Amino acid sequence: MSEESKPGWKSIPMAGVLLEPGSAMKYKTGDWRAFRPIIDEEKCINCLLCWIYCPDGAVIREEKKVSINYEYCKGCGICANECPVKAITMVEEKR
Amino acid sequence: MLVEVRWHGRGGQGIVTVSRLLAQAALLDGKYVQAFPEFGPERRGAPVTGYTRISDDPITIHSHIYNPSIIVIVDPTLIGQIDVTKGLVEDGTVVANTEKAPQELKESLKTEKAKVYTVNATRIALDVLGRPIYNTAMLGALVKASPLVTLESLSKVVTERFPGAVGEKNVAVIKRAYEEAKGIE
Amino acid sequence: MSKILGLTGDGAVAYAVKQCNVDVVAAYPITPQTLIVEEFSEYVHNGEVHTEFVCVESEHSAMSACVGASLTGARVFTATASQGLALMHEILYIASSLRCPIVMGVVNRTLSAPINIHCDHSDMMGSRDCGWIQIYVENAQEAYDWVLQAFRIAEDPDVLLPVTVNLDAFILSHSLEGVKVLDDAEVEKFVSTRKPVLRVDPDKPITVGALCLTDFFFETKRQHVEAMNNSPKTISRVNNEFAELTGRRYDFIETFGMDDAEAAIICLGSTAGTAKAVAKSMRSKGKKVGVIKPWVYRPFPAEQIVKAIENLKALAVLDRACSIGAPYGPLCSDTIATLYREGIKLGVFNVIYGLGGRDMTPFDIETVFNETLEVAKTGVVKEPLKFVGVRE
Repeated sequence: MSEESKPGWKSIPMAGVLLEPGSAMKYKTGDWRAFRPIIDEEKCINCLLCWIYCPDGAVIREEKKVSINYEYCKGCGICANECPVKAITMVEEKR
Repeated sequence: MLVEVRWHGRGGQGIVTVSRLLAQAALLDGKYVQAFPEFGPERRGAPVTGYTRISDDPITIHSHIYNPSIIVIVDPTLIGQIDVTKGLVEDGTVVANTEKAPQELKESLKTEKAKVYTVNATRIALDVLGRPIYNTAMLGALVKASPLVTLESLSKVVTERFPGAVGEKNVAVIKRAYEEAKGIE
Repeated sequence: MSKILGLTGDGAVAYAVKQCNVDVVAAYPITPQTLIVEEFSEYVHNGEVHTEFVCVESEHSAMSACVGASLTGARVFTATASQGLALMHEILYIASSLRCPIVMGVVNRTLSAPINIHCDHSDMMGSRDCGWIQIYVENAQEAYDWVLQAFRIAEDPDVLLPVTVNLDAFILSHSLEGVKVLDDAEVEKFVSTRKPVLRVDPDKPITVGALCLTDFFFETKRQHVEAMNNSPKTISRVNNEFAELTGRRYDFIETFGMDDAEAAIICLGSTAGTAKAVAKSMRSKGKKVGVIKPWVYRPFPAEQIVKAIENLKALAVLDRACSIGAPYGPLCSDTIATLYREGIKLGVFNVIYGLGGRDMTPFDIETVFNETLEVAKTGVVKEPLKFVGVRE
């Protein structure tokens, strides 16, 4: 959006308040990722260390396994580094 | 008419309290008042002053008091130690807690045109309260020297400030000091 | 039915707050504001108020707690002085920018160093641009009256800005005067309860204080300016309602003798009272002098000052604060900017006085009046900025 097309001071909510809760979800922060974590479900022991360490909360905890929310995963590789059984590999994104 | 009173005592002797009690009593009598301490940190035993302004009209002035018309000396040991009559208007009034007779005090203070009243407030406090707290006695002596407020109003504010027996004893102190205070023009 | 109580300036503030149904008070004691906090905590202890009293470890925390409480829709009060206000400084901007209608008693005490507990306006003037409405009072009665009005002004949906009620350290804070107080029920009716426009509520979440960069920050500031610009209407309305209730009429400024004055003093706070007493005595001797006392300093009452000086020839602006390195003290800068904007030519000079509690005596004020009369006569300002009451 150009500066001119944005709303002016007369129409924005008071004091920079955001009236819609959780609007940060609208930003898909995973779309510029260079490496994608891939989980080998055979190796995964469901220890949940990746879930704990993920700085973006992008590891989804399921009943007996974990999966990755690729809409928000930035591909930092912390999960792969922390995995004690090397079940996560970082694979280059194809663009 | 505006009357300005300066109270002399020492830190811990209730100088702020009496300066305020006088103002509170004058309020009851329908007067306009101000009562303020010597501003700043106080040290127990150090010479301190307190001030009361009483007027029939609203008081807008907020500066210090430099030329009081009445000076009340609560602590007798201050006489001769500090300049207690500094700035007193020529025909002003001095009320002092001392064993001395008014004439004797007047001569030592060298205040030719001032009215001088004395009372042995320490003796009265010891007799009635059993303790050397003689600030309230000086209220009684002050009213004898200059009828700024009524004894009724004074008694009322003192019993409100000190509920129960303490208040009643202080009222007795004020009345006795009023009776015993003696003065010369 | 009103009654008269003997109250100190601080006591009058605490008594007013007691009557205003305040939900939260978060405060940290500092001389000479201490009596406000002490007396109010006694009301809390005795169960005379339902207020949540938050003991905090600093003024920075006090103002932070006030912001949080205010955002939930609560009515909030705090009080401070001097170094305490300085420590709050960054949160003052947050309180006003988040549009928290907090009311704060500021007992004006100078800023260190050297350390000093007495009156001047350096503390509030140091935070002058924090976006709060700023009131200065002359006596304990005005302190009581303005605190009651401050809640109404701050919480008005057209304003939603915090308000400081400034009273001079010791000269007012520790001086006992007769104060006409209203009945609790009358105050309750006048101040009512706060009706928040936006508030943080778990059931209806909003985000407050989010990052806001180059794309929207300027717009929020422009809104803030507009809120201040809107406030005069509300201030006048509240002043009118208060006058109907009490018979005591407040305004942006108070004037004395300005109808025919040739020379005048403009100053804030208790000094204006002394100036009025001196002016009264000088006028009885035929000297045409007057006094202008701004009650409201922010928003600056430019319009009212211009009207008051219509027939004036010379004006002395008294500042109880230095703006070291600036051409003038803060009140004088504002006054001269106003005169210049309106194209008014007037002999104006600035007097810096009373720093660190130095007494402004009636004699000093009479001297300033006489100098102002001289400027009125000759049209010549010899000393645009002078210091009164300081030893050479």
